[in-house]
Formats: sequence, structure tokens, C-alpha cells
Amino acid sequence: MPSTYQLISSNTLSSSAASVTFSAIPSTYTDLVLRLSVRQTTATTSITARVRFNSSSSGYSFTILRSNNGTASSYAMSGDSYVYPGHTPAASSTANAFGSAEIYIPSYLVSQNKPISTFGVNENNATTIGNNIIAAANLWQNTAAITSMEILPTTSGSFDTGSSFYLYGIKNS
Amino acid sequence: MSVAIEVNCQTGEVIERPLTAEEIAANEAAAAQAEADRLAAEEAAAVVQSAKEAAHAKLAALGLTADEIAALSK
Repeated sequence: MPSTYQLISSNTLSSSAASVTFSAIPSTYTDLVLRLSVRQTTATTSITARVRFNSSSSGYSFTILRSNNGTASSYAMSGDSYVYPGHTPAASSTANAFGSAEIYIPSYLVSQNKPISTFGVNENNATTIGNNIIAAANLWQNTAAITSMEILPTTSGSFDTGSSFYLYGIKNS
Repeated sequence: MSVAIEVNCQTGEVIERPLTAEEIAANEAAAAQAEADRLAAEEAAAVVQSAKEAAHAKLAALGLTADEIAALSK
């Protein structure tokens, strides 16, 4: 188990943005962890976010286990364009409700395909329960070292003001 | 105006720039396709779940207990 956990960089939006990219990710770590606390501007209550690496929109596959207000489902997909870290609140959700997600990327520098785990939750914080949990096993079939990471909304909307993005590096020595 | 934010992890520099027309078009197309794919996968999973529930109901109508139905699913 890696013994260090260091903040590489972070950003909290002072106004809405269509994407946030961490570029020039240093190659001095063993694993990466991306943590999100986000809300989107699209007129809906719950919607997924997207993540891609090195500006690549190919080679992603995943198996997702989801609970939507207590209704369980699962599905798998290959040949996708992104990793989906979880659902987030959006413009029709309770004000100031944010969803959180974590993406763990072990061995991001190795010349092999990259297995990636994601876990995301959101809760609408209203009288009527509105919650969503997603856990997923992902694979990015690409042997390049990860040098950049782009986080996007699922629709053509934006991430709302106050959304925050934290990238951590983990060293094994 | 939609903006893209880039955080350079080496220098700490944060660049905020407007999306180009090409980026907007590409994002909208990719987002629409991704959402359609995701919804199709969810729908397929829901169909399977509905079929399971229907099968359980038929088994129950035949007189199987809940434990017996659960045992068949393992």
C-alpha cells in the first residue's frame, strides 16, 4: 500500500466552466487520485460527469453498479469515450447541493492498459429522498503514461460555481 | 460564454480561455453520443431486471416459496 498522499493541484470554480484540465501531471508518483465535488448547470436533477486522459476519447470500458433511490442496477459497456465517475446534482436540484466522486488510478506511468476504480455519490438534500450511488470498475486500453486529465459535464452544460477539483499523487516509497 | 480551465500541475499556472467553435461542436456531439450510449445500456439492464422480476412472479404463481426462488437464482 502506498505510504504517501500529496496534493498535486486543485481548482475551485469562481464561475461556471465547461471543462477543467489538469495538465503536465508530474511523473514522480506511483498512483493518482482525483477527487471531485461538483454541480452542473444543466436543467435536470442528476447527471453524470465525464473524465478522459491525455485528450483521448477512445478505449474506455467499464462495469457499473448503481443504486438510484434504492433501485439497484448494473450494466457494462466497452468501446466508450470516457470514464464516468458518478452522478452530480444539477440546476434543478436543491440549491448548493454538490455530488462527490473519487477516481483512483494505480500505476499511471506504466506502459500497460490502465485499470481505474471510481466511486461517486450525490444526495439532493430535500424532503423527498434523491440519492444516487455509482461504483465502477473501468479500463482505459492505452499504454501511454497519463500526463493530463480532463473533467467534463455529461451534457453540453457546465460545472457550476463552487465546484472543486483536487488531484493527489501517491508514492510507494 | 463557455470557458475551459487548464491547471498546469508543474507551474501552478491556471489558464482560462473561451471554448473554440470546434470544441463546442465536438463536446456537444460527444456528450450526446455518450448520453445516448449510457441510456441505452441502462435501458438494456432495466429490461433484464424486468424479465427477472416477471420470471420470479411466474415461479411464485406456480407455488414456489421466496427461498426456493432465491435458491434458483444462485
